[in-house]
Amino acid sequence: MSGIPISHILFLSTALFFIGMYGLFTRRNLITMLMAIELILNSVNINFVVFNKFLWPGKLDGIFFTIFIITIAAAEAAVAIAIIINLFRSHRSIDVEDATEMKW
Amino acid sequence: MSITLILFWFLSVLALFSAAMVVASKNPVYSVLWLILVFFAISGHYLLLNAQFLAIVNIIVYAGAIMVLFLFVIMLMNLNKSNEPKRNKWLNLAGVLAGGCLLLVLVAALKNAETKATLAETGTGNIGLIENLGKALFTDYVVPFEISSVLFLSAMVGAVVLGKKESSPDTAGQSGKSSEK
Repeated sequence: MSGIPISHILFLSTALFFIGMYGLFTRRNLITMLMAIELILNSVNINFVVFNKFLWPGKLDGIFFTIFIITIAAAEAAVAIAIIINLFRSHRSIDVEDATEMKW
Repeated sequence: MSITLILFWFLSVLALFSAAMVVASKNPVYSVLWLILVFFAISGHYLLLNAQFLAIVNIIVYAGAIMVLFLFVIMLMNLNKSNEPKRNKWLNLAGVLAGGCLLLVLVAALKNAETKATLAETGTGNIGLIENLGKALFTDYVVPFEISSVLFLSAMVGAVVLGKKESSPDTAGQSGKSSEK
């Protein structure tokens, strides 16, 4: 029987998730952090599609979850980039360590 | 070893290596380019899993729209040089530890999970084609669809309001927002 075991794909998406998480923790450039968030969202998308395929191959619910996640990721990226541009205007940098006005 | 499995391994290695390079490369432009490669690999996975429409949407929306936005912003801000200063080594170590511990727990949980008889029948079924998807989208999922359109409208307005230049001094004061700065 030709096919891919479910655990392999789940390993892949777990590894992608934690690569994204590592990037979110260690990078201090706001745009790179946003890219790490996109990585995390994509690993979750893979999980949704895989479970949809393995558990209910005749239904589409997982695929619709993925489509709505992509939609919301697009909206989130647009708003986040507007905020980053504003931050760059006022601070001349997009390093998170430079934006400390709201730090206690 | 079937062709599906070979493709799966190739795409997995490509996705993981590119994702590691996204995080590792110092220059944000290279990060964006590696991230586009990750999206292509993930689209290949979607194709293997019979989500054909999703694969195309992933390429169009992510690689085509969002990444171009990122690239434009990076080039507008003139960030395409690796001027990120050296950071604390302990912070890197903490990131590795925090990510690695949870990864270890999840992988251990996955190893013990009941995954027998769960081989994906790749290459069968046409449920992911656009005809079936469109039918379901406009019958069962019509309410979330409309709500997401409202979300997009508000995101668009929000992005324009946030990204607008502050008004010049002679027009300042006509709105409380601009006089606040």
